[in-house]
Amino acid sequence: MADIIIKVIIILGILIVMLTIAAGLIYVERRLLALWQDRYGPNRVGPFGLLQVLADTIKILMKEDWVPSFADKPVYIIAPTIVMISVLMTFAVIPFAPSIFVSDMNVGLLFFLAMSSLGAYSVVLAGWSSNNKYSLLGALRGSAQMITYEVFMGLSLMGIVMLNGTLSLGGIVEAQTGIWNVIPQFVGFVVFLIAGVAETHRLPFDIPEAESELVAGFHSEYSGMKFGMFFVGEYLGITLISALIVTFYFGGWLGFDFLPPYIWFILKMFVFIGFFILLRASLPRPRYDQLMEYGWKFLLPLVLLNLLVTGAIVLAS
Amino acid sequence: MLSNIRSIWEAFKHAFSPRDTVQYPEEKPYLPPRWRGRIILSRDPDGGERCVACYLCAVACPVDCISLQATEDENNRRYPEFFRINFSRCIFCGYCEDACPTYAIQLIPDFEMSEYNRQNLVYEKEDLLIQGEGKYHGYNFYKVAGLKIGGKDKGEAENEEKPINLKSLIP
Repeated sequence: MADIIIKVIIILGILIVMLTIAAGLIYVERRLLALWQDRYGPNRVGPFGLLQVLADTIKILMKEDWVPSFADKPVYIIAPTIVMISVLMTFAVIPFAPSIFVSDMNVGLLFFLAMSSLGAYSVVLAGWSSNNKYSLLGALRGSAQMITYEVFMGLSLMGIVMLNGTLSLGGIVEAQTGIWNVIPQFVGFVVFLIAGVAETHRLPFDIPEAESELVAGFHSEYSGMKFGMFFVGEYLGITLISALIVTFYFGGWLGFDFLPPYIWFILKMFVFIGFFILLRASLPRPRYDQLMEYGWKFLLPLVLLNLLVTGAIVLAS
Repeated sequence: MLSNIRSIWEAFKHAFSPRDTVQYPEEKPYLPPRWRGRIILSRDPDGGERCVACYLCAVACPVDCISLQATEDENNRRYPEFFRINFSRCIFCGYCEDACPTYAIQLIPDFEMSEYNRQNLVYEKEDLLIQGEGKYHGYNFYKVAGLKIGGKDKGEAENEEKPINLKSLIP
Protein backbone atom coordinates (compact mmCIF):
# COMPACT_ATOMS: atom_id res chain seq x y z
CA MET A 1 0.00 0.00 0.00
CA ALA A 2 2.75 2.42 1.00
CA ASP A 3 4.55 1.56 -2.22
CA ILE A 4 1.55 2.58 -4.27
CA ILE A 5 1.16 5.85 -2.41
CA ILE A 6 4.84 6.68 -2.96
CA LYS A 7 4.49 5.83 -6.64
CA VAL A 8 1.42 8.02 -6.98
CA ILE A 9 3.26 10.88 -5.30
CA ILE A 10 6.20 10.42 -7.68
CA ILE A 11 3.89 10.29 -10.70
CA LEU A 12 2.07 13.45 -9.61
CA GLY A 13 5.36 15.15 -8.79
CA ILE A 14 6.88 14.38 -12.19
CA LEU A 15 3.67 15.38 -13.95
CA ILE A 16 3.43 18.71 -12.14
CA VAL A 17 7.14 19.51 -12.43
CA MET A 18 7.24 18.68 -16.14
CA LEU A 19 4.10 20.66 -16.97
CA THR A 20 5.43 23.59 -14.97
CA ILE A 21 8.78 23.42 -16.75
CA ALA A 22 7.02 23.22 -20.12
CA ALA A 23 4.86 26.24 -19.33
CA GLY A 24 7.82 28.11 -17.86
CA LEU A 25 9.80 27.39 -21.01
CA ILE A 26 7.53 29.78 -22.89
CA TYR A 27 8.95 32.55 -20.72
CA VAL A 28 12.50 31.10 -20.74
CA GLU A 29 12.50 30.83 -24.51
CA ARG A 30 11.34 34.39 -25.02
CA ARG A 31 13.92 35.74 -22.60
CA LEU A 32 16.78 33.67 -24.01
CA LEU A 33 15.88 34.45 -27.62
CA ALA A 34 15.82 38.10 -26.66
CA LEU A 35 19.20 37.76 -24.98
CA TRP A 36 20.73 36.36 -28.15
CA GLN A 37 19.04 38.98 -30.29
CA ASP A 38 20.20 41.85 -28.04
CA ARG A 39 16.70 42.55 -26.74
CA TYR A 40 15.10 42.18 -23.30
CA GLY A 41 12.02 40.09 -23.99
CA PRO A 42 9.07 40.11 -21.57
CA ASN A 43 10.25 41.96 -18.46
CA ARG A 44 7.18 43.99 -17.44
CA VAL A 45 4.72 41.58 -15.83
CA GLY A 46 5.89 40.84 -12.31
CA PRO A 47 9.54 40.56 -11.23
CA PHE A 48 11.72 40.02 -14.33
CA GLY A 49 8.48 39.43 -16.26
CA LEU A 50 8.01 36.06 -14.56
CA LEU A 51 4.24 36.48 -14.35
CA GLN A 52 4.15 36.64 -18.15
CA VAL A 53 3.53 32.88 -18.10
CA LEU A 54 0.46 33.41 -15.94
CA ALA A 55 -0.77 36.25 -18.13
CA ASP A 56 -0.30 34.13 -21.27
CA THR A 57 -2.14 31.22 -19.68
CA ILE A 58 -5.06 33.38 -18.62
CA LYS A 59 -5.20 34.90 -22.08
CA ILE A 60 -5.18 31.57 -23.88
CA LEU A 61 -7.84 30.15 -21.54
CA MET A 62 -10.10 33.14 -22.14
CA LYS A 63 -9.84 32.84 -25.92
CA GLU A 64 -12.79 31.57 -27.89
CA ASP A 65 -12.36 27.85 -28.45
CA TRP A 66 -13.65 27.70 -31.97
CA VAL A 67 -14.08 24.49 -33.94
CA PRO A 68 -14.39 25.18 -37.66
CA SER A 69 -17.67 23.99 -39.15
CA PHE A 70 -15.80 22.20 -41.95
CA ALA A 71 -13.57 20.25 -39.57
CA ASP A 72 -13.84 16.56 -38.73
CA LYS A 73 -14.89 17.30 -35.17
CA PRO A 74 -13.99 14.22 -33.07
CA VAL A 75 -10.57 13.87 -34.71
CA TYR A 76 -10.02 17.60 -34.52
CA ILE A 77 -10.62 17.57 -30.78
CA ILE A 78 -8.57 14.42 -30.08
CA ALA A 79 -5.48 15.46 -32.09
CA PRO A 80 -4.00 17.98 -29.62
CA THR A 81 -4.30 15.57 -26.73
CA ILE A 82 -2.28 12.87 -28.51
CA VAL A 83 0.89 14.94 -28.53
CA MET A 84 0.54 15.71 -24.82
CA ILE A 85 -0.24 12.11 -23.88
CA SER A 86 2.52 10.53 -25.94
CA VAL A 87 5.15 12.92 -24.60
CA LEU A 88 3.97 12.66 -20.99
CA MET A 89 3.94 8.85 -21.27
CA THR A 90 7.60 8.89 -22.21
CA PHE A 91 8.47 10.73 -19.00
CA ALA A 92 7.37 7.57 -17.21
CA VAL A 93 10.54 5.71 -18.21
CA ILE A 94 13.04 8.50 -17.52
CA PRO A 95 15.06 8.06 -14.30
CA PHE A 96 15.40 11.52 -12.77
CA ALA A 97 17.36 10.18 -9.80
CA PRO A 98 18.23 6.70 -8.49
CA SER A 99 14.80 6.42 -6.85
CA ILE A 100 12.73 9.00 -8.73
CA PHE A 101 11.19 7.29 -11.73
CA VAL A 102 7.75 5.98 -12.55
CA SER A 103 8.73 2.72 -14.20
CA ASP A 104 12.19 1.41 -15.05
CA MET A 105 10.96 -1.05 -17.62
CA ASN A 106 13.54 -3.20 -19.33
CA VAL A 107 12.55 -1.95 -22.79
CA GLY A 108 12.39 1.74 -21.82
CA LEU A 109 14.28 2.84 -24.92
CA LEU A 110 11.89 1.00 -27.23
CA PHE A 111 8.97 2.47 -25.29
CA PHE A 112 10.31 5.97 -25.94
CA LEU A 113 10.70 5.26 -29.68
CA ALA A 114 7.15 3.87 -29.81
CA MET A 115 5.72 6.88 -28.03
CA SER A 116 7.55 9.39 -30.20
CA SER A 117 6.15 7.60 -33.25
CA LEU A 118 2.67 7.97 -31.79
CA GLY A 119 3.34 11.69 -31.48
CA ALA A 120 3.41 11.87 -35.28
CA TYR A 121 -0.29 10.97 -35.30
CA SER A 122 -1.06 14.23 -33.56
CA VAL A 123 0.41 16.19 -36.46
CA VAL A 124 -1.19 14.05 -39.14
CA LEU A 125 -4.65 13.95 -37.58
CA ALA A 126 -4.62 17.68 -36.74
CA GLY A 127 -3.71 18.55 -40.31
CA TRP A 128 -6.19 16.13 -41.84
CA SER A 129 -9.16 16.97 -39.66
CA SER A 130 -8.70 20.73 -40.07
CA ASN A 131 -9.81 20.30 -43.70
CA ASN A 132 -7.56 23.13 -44.77
CA LYS A 133 -4.95 22.91 -47.50
CA TYR A 134 -2.20 24.57 -45.50
CA SER A 135 -2.86 22.31 -42.53
CA LEU A 136 -2.81 19.27 -44.77
CA LEU A 137 0.46 20.32 -46.39
CA GLY A 138 1.93 20.85 -42.94
CA ALA A 139 0.70 17.45 -41.83
CA LEU A 140 2.14 15.75 -44.92
CA ARG A 141 5.48 17.38 -44.35
CA GLY A 142 5.32 16.61 -40.66
CA SER A 143 4.62 12.93 -41.15
CA ALA A 144 7.32 12.54 -43.81
CA GLN A 145 9.83 14.37 -41.62
CA MET A 146 8.99 12.40 -38.51
CA ILE A 147 9.18 9.04 -40.27
CA THR A 148 12.53 10.00 -41.79
CA TYR A 149 14.05 11.16 -38.56
CA GLU A 150 12.56 8.33 -36.55
CA VAL A 151 14.65 5.90 -38.58
CA PHE A 152 18.02 7.15 -37.57
CA MET A 153 16.93 8.39 -34.19
CA GLY A 154 16.45 4.71 -33.40
CA LEU A 155 19.64 3.70 -35.19
CA SER A 156 21.72 6.31 -33.40
CA LEU A 157 20.60 4.88 -30.06
CA MET A 158 21.56 1.35 -31.04
CA GLY A 159 25.22 2.24 -30.52
CA ILE A 160 24.47 2.93 -26.86
CA VAL A 161 22.48 -0.25 -26.54
CA MET A 162 25.41 -2.21 -27.91
CA LEU A 163 27.94 -0.50 -25.63
CA ASN A 164 25.88 -0.63 -22.45
CA GLY A 165 24.11 -3.87 -23.20
CA THR A 166 20.69 -2.78 -21.95
CA LEU A 167 17.49 -1.14 -23.20
CA SER A 168 16.49 0.07 -19.76
CA LEU A 169 17.11 3.76 -19.18
CA GLY A 170 18.12 3.24 -15.58
CA GLY A 171 20.58 0.60 -16.73
CA ILE A 172 22.02 2.93 -19.35
CA VAL A 173 22.61 5.63 -16.73
CA GLU A 174 24.29 3.19 -14.36
CA ALA A 175 26.49 1.86 -17.18
CA GLN A 176 27.88 5.38 -17.62
CA THR A 177 29.44 5.56 -14.16
CA GLY A 178 32.97 5.26 -15.60
CA ILE A 179 32.68 7.29 -18.78
CA TRP A 180 29.76 9.20 -20.27
CA ASN A 181 28.41 7.78 -23.50
CA VAL A 182 29.01 11.04 -25.29
CA ILE A 183 32.73 10.27 -25.61
CA PRO A 184 32.62 6.82 -27.25
CA GLN A 185 29.36 7.65 -29.06
CA PHE A 186 29.95 11.25 -30.19
CA VAL A 187 28.60 10.68 -33.72
CA GLY A 188 25.53 8.99 -32.27
CA PHE A 189 25.04 11.96 -29.95
CA VAL A 190 25.17 14.49 -32.78
CA VAL A 191 22.75 12.47 -34.88
CA PHE A 192 20.39 11.96 -31.97
CA LEU A 193 20.47 15.69 -31.23
CA ILE A 194 19.61 16.57 -34.82
CA ALA A 195 16.94 13.89 -34.96
CA GLY A 196 15.57 15.16 -31.65
CA VAL A 197 15.23 18.67 -33.04
CA ALA A 198 13.44 17.28 -36.07
CA GLU A 199 11.28 15.03 -33.92
CA THR A 200 9.98 17.94 -31.83
CA HIS A 201 9.74 19.96 -35.08
CA ARG A 202 11.59 22.86 -33.58
CA LEU A 203 13.49 25.42 -35.59
CA PRO A 204 15.47 24.96 -37.79
CA PHE A 205 13.39 21.85 -38.60
CA ASP A 206 9.95 23.38 -37.99
CA ILE A 207 8.89 22.63 -41.54
CA PRO A 208 5.43 21.24 -40.60
CA GLU A 209 4.49 24.64 -39.22
CA ALA A 210 6.76 26.89 -41.29
CA GLU A 211 4.91 30.13 -40.69
CA SER A 212 6.40 31.91 -43.69
CA GLU A 213 4.97 29.32 -46.06
CA LEU A 214 2.06 27.51 -44.38
CA VAL A 215 0.43 30.08 -42.06
CA ALA A 216 0.95 27.87 -38.98
CA GLY A 217 1.06 24.49 -40.68
CA PHE A 218 -0.89 21.68 -39.10
CA HIS A 219 -2.33 23.83 -36.30
CA SER A 220 -3.51 26.75 -38.45
CA GLU A 221 -7.15 26.17 -37.56
CA TYR A 222 -6.62 25.66 -33.84
CA SER A 223 -7.41 28.34 -31.30
CA GLY A 224 -7.71 28.77 -27.56
CA MET A 225 -6.58 25.95 -25.32
CA LYS A 226 -6.41 23.42 -28.17
CA PHE A 227 -3.69 25.53 -29.69
CA GLY A 228 -2.24 25.84 -26.21
CA MET A 229 -2.02 22.04 -26.03
CA PHE A 230 0.11 21.95 -29.18
CA PHE A 231 2.18 24.76 -27.77
CA VAL A 232 2.77 23.11 -24.42
CA GLY A 233 3.23 19.78 -26.21
CA GLU A 234 6.06 21.30 -28.21
CA TYR A 235 7.77 22.56 -25.06
CA LEU A 236 7.18 19.22 -23.36
CA GLY A 237 8.84 17.65 -26.38
CA ILE A 238 11.89 19.89 -25.93
CA THR A 239 12.07 18.97 -22.26
CA LEU A 240 11.72 15.31 -23.13
CA ILE A 241 14.42 15.29 -25.80
CA SER A 242 16.75 17.23 -23.49
CA ALA A 243 16.06 14.78 -20.67
CA LEU A 244 16.72 11.85 -23.02
CA ILE A 245 19.97 13.34 -24.34
CA VAL A 246 21.09 13.72 -20.72
CA THR A 247 20.03 10.16 -19.89
CA PHE A 248 21.57 8.53 -22.94
CA TYR A 249 24.75 10.50 -23.42
CA PHE A 250 25.54 12.68 -20.41
CA GLY A 251 25.24 10.28 -17.54
CA GLY A 252 21.70 11.14 -16.43
CA TRP A 253 21.69 11.85 -12.69
CA LEU A 254 25.38 10.98 -12.31
CA GLY A 255 27.41 13.85 -10.96
CA PHE A 256 29.57 14.99 -8.09
CA ASP A 257 28.41 14.51 -4.53
CA PHE A 258 27.92 18.12 -3.46
CA LEU A 259 24.55 18.30 -5.24
CA PRO A 260 21.77 15.71 -5.10
CA PRO A 261 21.33 13.57 -8.27
CA TYR A 262 18.05 15.12 -9.41
CA ILE A 263 19.61 18.58 -9.33
CA TRP A 264 22.37 17.31 -11.62
CA PHE A 265 19.75 15.89 -13.94
CA ILE A 266 17.76 19.11 -14.09
CA LEU A 267 20.91 21.22 -14.57
CA LYS A 268 22.13 19.13 -17.49
CA MET A 269 18.63 19.12 -18.94
CA PHE A 270 18.45 22.89 -18.87
CA VAL A 271 21.77 23.18 -20.68
CA PHE A 272 20.24 21.29 -23.58
CA ILE A 273 16.98 23.20 -23.42
CA GLY A 274 19.08 26.33 -23.72
CA PHE A 275 20.88 24.80 -26.68
CA PHE A 276 17.55 24.10 -28.39
CA ILE A 277 16.62 27.74 -28.00
CA LEU A 278 20.06 28.81 -29.23
CA LEU A 279 19.46 26.73 -32.36
CA ARG A 280 16.26 28.65 -32.91
CA ALA A 281 18.07 31.95 -32.43
CA SER A 282 20.81 31.17 -34.92
CA LEU A 283 19.83 28.83 -37.74
CA PRO A 284 17.52 29.48 -40.70
CA ARG A 285 14.96 26.93 -41.85
CA PRO A 286 16.15 24.63 -44.66
CA ARG A 287 14.00 23.90 -47.67
CA TYR A 288 11.86 20.78 -47.42
CA ASP A 289 13.80 18.73 -50.00
CA GLN A 290 17.07 19.80 -48.37
CA LEU A 291 15.80 18.45 -45.07
CA MET A 292 14.89 15.09 -46.60
CA GLU A 293 18.14 14.89 -48.53
CA TYR A 294 20.12 15.74 -45.44
CA GLY A 295 18.34 13.00 -43.55
CA TRP A 296 18.50 10.16 -46.05
CA LYS A 297 21.75 10.90 -47.88
CA PHE A 298 23.95 12.21 -45.06
CA LEU A 299 22.69 11.28 -41.61
CA LEU A 300 21.56 7.75 -42.43
CA PRO A 301 24.91 6.60 -43.90
CA LEU A 302 26.68 8.36 -41.05
CA VAL A 303 24.66 6.59 -38.40
CA LEU A 304 25.02 3.24 -40.14
CA LEU A 305 28.79 3.75 -40.22
CA ASN A 306 28.72 4.60 -36.54
CA LEU A 307 26.76 1.44 -35.88
CA LEU A 308 29.26 -0.61 -37.87
CA VAL A 309 32.29 0.80 -36.08
CA THR A 310 30.70 0.47 -32.66
CA GLY A 311 29.69 -3.10 -33.44
CA ALA A 312 33.24 -3.93 -34.54
CA ILE A 313 34.71 -2.43 -31.38
CA VAL A 314 32.22 -4.19 -29.13
CA LEU A 315 32.98 -7.48 -30.87
CA ALA A 316 36.74 -6.99 -30.68
CA SER A 317 36.85 -6.14 -27.00
CA MET B 1 27.89 22.08 -41.47
CA LEU B 2 30.85 24.07 -40.13
CA SER B 3 29.21 27.33 -41.13
CA ASN B 4 26.14 26.26 -39.14
CA ILE B 5 28.25 25.66 -36.05
CA ARG B 6 29.92 29.00 -36.60
CA SER B 7 26.58 30.82 -36.83
CA ILE B 8 25.42 29.10 -33.62
CA TRP B 9 28.60 30.34 -31.95
CA GLU B 10 28.11 33.85 -33.34
CA ALA B 11 24.56 33.93 -31.97
CA PHE B 12 25.80 32.66 -28.61
CA LYS B 13 28.36 35.46 -28.38
CA HIS B 14 25.50 37.94 -28.44
CA ALA B 15 24.69 36.84 -24.90
CA PHE B 16 27.56 39.04 -23.77
CA SER B 17 26.91 42.07 -25.92
CA PRO B 18 24.85 45.03 -24.67
CA ARG B 19 21.17 45.09 -25.52
CA ASP B 20 19.82 47.58 -28.01
CA THR B 21 16.43 48.05 -26.38
CA VAL B 22 15.65 51.46 -24.89
CA GLN B 23 13.55 50.76 -21.79
CA TYR B 24 11.14 53.50 -22.70
CA PRO B 25 9.14 54.77 -19.76
CA GLU B 26 12.18 54.67 -17.47
CA GLU B 27 14.69 55.68 -20.09
CA LYS B 28 13.65 58.48 -22.42
CA PRO B 29 15.12 58.74 -25.88
CA TYR B 30 16.82 61.98 -26.98
CA LEU B 31 14.56 64.03 -29.23
CA PRO B 32 16.21 66.72 -31.40
CA PRO B 33 14.75 70.25 -31.06
CA ARG B 34 13.26 70.07 -34.53
CA TRP B 35 11.54 66.75 -33.84
CA ARG B 36 7.94 66.81 -35.10
CA GLY B 37 5.68 66.03 -32.18
CA ARG B 38 2.74 67.71 -30.45
CA ILE B 39 1.51 70.92 -32.11
CA ILE B 40 1.37 74.17 -30.15
CA LEU B 41 0.38 77.77 -30.86
CA SER B 42 2.99 80.29 -29.73
CA ARG B 43 2.77 83.91 -28.61
CA ASP B 44 4.79 86.91 -29.71
CA PRO B 45 7.31 88.57 -27.35
CA ASP B 46 4.59 90.94 -26.07
CA GLY B 47 2.31 88.06 -25.10
CA GLY B 48 -0.17 88.44 -27.96
CA GLU B 49 -1.26 85.54 -30.07
CA ARG B 50 0.92 85.09 -33.13
CA CYS B 51 -1.79 83.34 -35.11
CA VAL B 52 -3.48 85.64 -37.62
CA ALA B 53 -6.05 83.03 -38.68
CA CYS B 54 -4.95 82.98 -42.31
CA TYR B 55 -6.14 79.34 -42.74
CA LEU B 56 -2.90 78.37 -44.50
CA CYS B 57 -2.22 75.60 -42.00
CA ALA B 58 -5.70 74.20 -42.45
CA VAL B 59 -5.20 74.27 -46.23
CA ALA B 60 -1.77 72.66 -46.05
CA CYS B 61 -2.93 69.91 -43.72
CA PRO B 62 -3.13 66.69 -45.77
CA VAL B 63 -5.54 65.01 -43.37
CA ASP B 64 -7.70 68.06 -42.63
CA CYS B 65 -7.22 67.83 -38.90
CA ILE B 66 -7.03 71.60 -38.28
CA SER B 67 -10.14 73.72 -38.13
CA LEU B 68 -10.37 77.36 -37.13
CA GLN B 69 -12.52 80.44 -37.48
CA ALA B 70 -11.00 83.89 -38.07
CA THR B 71 -12.22 87.00 -36.31
CA GLU B 72 -10.91 90.49 -35.48
CA ASP B 73 -10.49 92.25 -32.20
CA GLU B 74 -11.15 95.96 -31.46
CA ASN B 75 -7.68 96.86 -32.83
CA ASN B 76 -8.43 95.12 -36.14
CA ARG B 77 -5.95 92.38 -35.28
CA ARG B 78 -6.98 89.08 -36.82
CA TYR B 79 -7.01 86.13 -34.48
CA PRO B 80 -8.72 82.73 -34.46
CA GLU B 81 -12.03 82.65 -32.69
CA PHE B 82 -11.51 78.94 -32.18
CA PHE B 83 -8.62 76.78 -33.20
CA ARG B 84 -9.09 73.03 -33.06
CA ILE B 85 -6.63 70.24 -33.90
CA ASN B 86 -7.86 66.69 -33.98
CA PHE B 87 -4.75 64.74 -32.98
CA SER B 88 -6.40 61.42 -33.71
CA ARG B 89 -6.12 62.39 -37.37
CA CYS B 90 -2.87 64.35 -37.27
CA ILE B 91 0.06 62.60 -38.99
CA PHE B 92 2.71 65.00 -37.62
CA CYS B 93 3.95 65.88 -41.10
CA GLY B 94 4.80 69.46 -40.11
CA TYR B 95 3.25 71.03 -43.23
CA CYS B 96 1.25 73.39 -41.05
CA GLU B 97 4.45 74.68 -39.48
CA ASP B 98 5.95 75.15 -42.95
CA ALA B 99 2.89 76.97 -44.19
CA CYS B 100 2.54 79.32 -41.22
CA PRO B 101 3.61 82.87 -42.17
CA THR B 102 3.88 84.05 -38.57
CA TYR B 103 5.69 81.18 -36.79
CA ALA B 104 2.52 80.73 -34.76
CA ILE B 105 1.96 77.01 -35.22
CA GLN B 106 4.93 74.88 -34.22
CA LEU B 107 5.69 71.21 -33.66
CA ILE B 108 7.60 70.40 -30.49
CA PRO B 109 9.53 67.33 -29.32
CA ASP B 110 6.78 65.73 -27.26
CA PHE B 111 4.82 62.66 -28.23
CA GLU B 112 3.36 61.44 -24.94
CA MET B 113 -0.26 62.30 -25.57
CA SER B 114 -2.04 58.97 -25.23
CA GLU B 115 -5.68 59.05 -24.15
CA TYR B 116 -8.22 56.43 -23.19
CA ASN B 117 -10.99 58.37 -24.86
CA ARG B 118 -10.68 59.34 -28.50
CA GLN B 119 -12.55 62.57 -27.93
CA ASN B 120 -9.79 63.73 -25.59
CA LEU B 121 -7.42 63.92 -28.53
CA VAL B 122 -9.28 66.92 -29.91
CA TYR B 123 -7.29 69.91 -28.64
CA GLU B 124 -8.95 73.31 -28.41
CA LYS B 125 -7.20 76.65 -28.63
CA GLU B 126 -6.63 76.90 -24.88
CA ASP B 127 -4.92 73.49 -24.95
CA LEU B 128 -2.72 74.49 -27.86
CA LEU B 129 -1.74 78.01 -26.86
CA ILE B 130 1.48 78.25 -24.82
CA GLN B 131 2.82 81.21 -22.87
CA GLY B 132 6.21 81.45 -24.64
CA GLU B 133 7.54 81.99 -28.13
CA GLY B 134 8.45 78.43 -29.00
CA LYS B 135 11.37 77.86 -31.33
CA TYR B 136 11.51 81.36 -32.89
CA HIS B 137 12.38 84.12 -30.47
CA GLY B 138 11.77 87.82 -30.88
CA TYR B 139 9.43 87.65 -33.84
CA ASN B 140 6.31 89.74 -33.79
CA PHE B 141 4.28 89.75 -36.98
CA TYR B 142 2.43 93.01 -36.42
CA LYS B 143 5.70 94.80 -35.58
CA VAL B 144 7.18 93.99 -39.00
CA ALA B 145 4.10 93.88 -41.21
CA GLY B 146 2.89 96.96 -43.02
CA LEU B 147 -0.64 96.41 -41.87
CA LYS B 148 -2.54 99.12 -40.08
CA ILE B 149 -3.91 98.08 -36.75
CA GLY B 150 -5.07 99.94 -33.70
CA GLY B 151 -2.10 101.69 -32.09
CA LYS B 152 0.12 101.33 -35.16
CA ASP B 153 -0.44 103.25 -38.36
CA LYS B 154 1.00 102.50 -41.78
CA GLY B 155 4.74 103.15 -41.96
CA GLU B 156 5.30 102.70 -38.26
CA ALA B 157 6.53 99.10 -38.44
CA GLU B 158 10.17 98.17 -37.98
CA ASN B 159 12.36 98.92 -41.04
CA GLU B 160 9.37 100.47 -42.77
CA GLU B 161 9.39 103.88 -44.44
CA LYS B 162 6.55 106.37 -44.22
CA PRO B 163 3.97 105.86 -46.97
CA ILE B 164 4.34 108.07 -50.03
CA ASN B 165 1.42 110.27 -50.97
CA LEU B 166 0.91 109.26 -54.60
CA LYS B 167 -1.29 112.26 -55.33
CA SER B 168 1.29 114.86 -54.28
CA LEU B 169 4.20 116.15 -56.38
CA ILE B 170 6.17 117.40 -53.38
CA PRO B 171 9.17 115.13 -52.72
